Amino acid sequence: MAAVVEEVVVTEVDAPVASDVTFRIRRFIPEFDEEPHWEDYTIALYPTDRVLTALDKIKGELDGTLSFRRSCGHGICGSDAMRINGRNRLACKTLVKDLDIKKPITVEAIKGLPLEKDMIVDMEPFFAAYRQVLPFLIPEGHDPTRERLQSAEDRARFDDTTKCILCAACTTSCPVYWTDGQYFGPAAIVAAHRFIFDSRDSGFEQRLEVLNDKEGVWRCRTTFNCTDACPRGIEVTKAIQEVKRALIFRRV
Amino acid sequence: MSAPSIDAPRSFSGRSMNRRNGQRSNFELYSWLFMRISGIVLVFLVLGHLFIMNILDGGVQRINFAFVAGRWASPFWQVWDLTMLWLAMLHGTNGMRTIINDYAERDQTRFWLKMILYVSAGFIILLGTLVVFTFDPNIG
Repeated sequence: MAAVVEEVVVTEVDAPVASDVTFRIRRFIPEFDEEPHWEDYTIALYPTDRVLTALDKIKGELDGTLSFRRSCGHGICGSDAMRINGRNRLACKTLVKDLDIKKPITVEAIKGLPLEKDMIVDMEPFFAAYRQVLPFLIPEGHDPTRERLQSAEDRARFDDTTKCILCAACTTSCPVYWTDGQYFGPAAIVAAHRFIFDSRDSGFEQRLEVLNDKEGVWRCRTTFNCTDACPRGIEVTKAIQEVKRALIFRRV
Repeated sequence: MSAPSIDAPRSFSGRSMNRRNGQRSNFELYSWLFMRISGIVLVFLVLGHLFIMNILDGGVQRINFAFVAGRWASPFWQVWDLTMLWLAMLHGTNGMRTIINDYAERDQTRFWLKMILYVSAGFIILLGTLVVFTFDPNIG
């Protein structure tokens, strides 16, 4: 019997090792705090754990007052965008092994939107800008009796911008948006791009009026923060430049 | 027992999200285009200017009143210098305007910074234009 047990012993090299990771989280509870402050939490995590797992563990085991938005936990719903080590990312798509755990990992709310509590910001200004660019199909003429057909090439033109999950990581990484909340922000322009370059849509003139505004695409300084921040890998700055070109030549 | 009253969350800056509707203006489009075009033209004008002034026969050592007077006797150099002055000033002013728009947070600060900018830019453009056109080589 003893010999059989020895055969199934797992070598220690293969087993994942949990190690202590310190999270430095920017806390703000409006009922108690005048100003946000940093607090450290140390928990044991596997390298394959996500930052979202860490936040769940901290909330469940260390401090139940920690607040953050989460929903699907798989990078689709766009609820858990936050600033991790100074970069906007989704907590559910950031693995511990990709971060330097020798130093505390900083986690804070996304910048540029009103802070409500801990990781939670007021998303209303973000969605107000989104609504302004008319993010829906504006067709022309009579409704067809069958589906609106489109060639594969026409579909490919706006394929990149259909991936947006409205997490606000791009808009809240934009330095122009930080200092001027009036700017539409990259996410709204991505939403506009999705429809402007759709061959079935004819709302270009209406969207143009919004995007050509003082606070429209011309405020973009092409710093590429948005492209770096996008958890879906959308080339946001490229999309903004394509909208600029369409505005200059008045042609999609 | 009543629920604790919680103040509304702190709001972002004083300015609201409402936008001017119905006012169509292509100003930002043209200013964006102007920056690109004037930038390209200025590369040639300024580099050419620096080359002539600092490197060609003797460089800065030969520049004196007579040299300037000789150059401005030709309409070609008058046009060159005038174009360079206007493009550089407008390009720089427009750049400063966007920087003020990006970084000044209060409307009052924005307004006054832009006023200082426009007045000084206008002064330099007028003075420069005046000198290029009314330069008198026989002065003094």
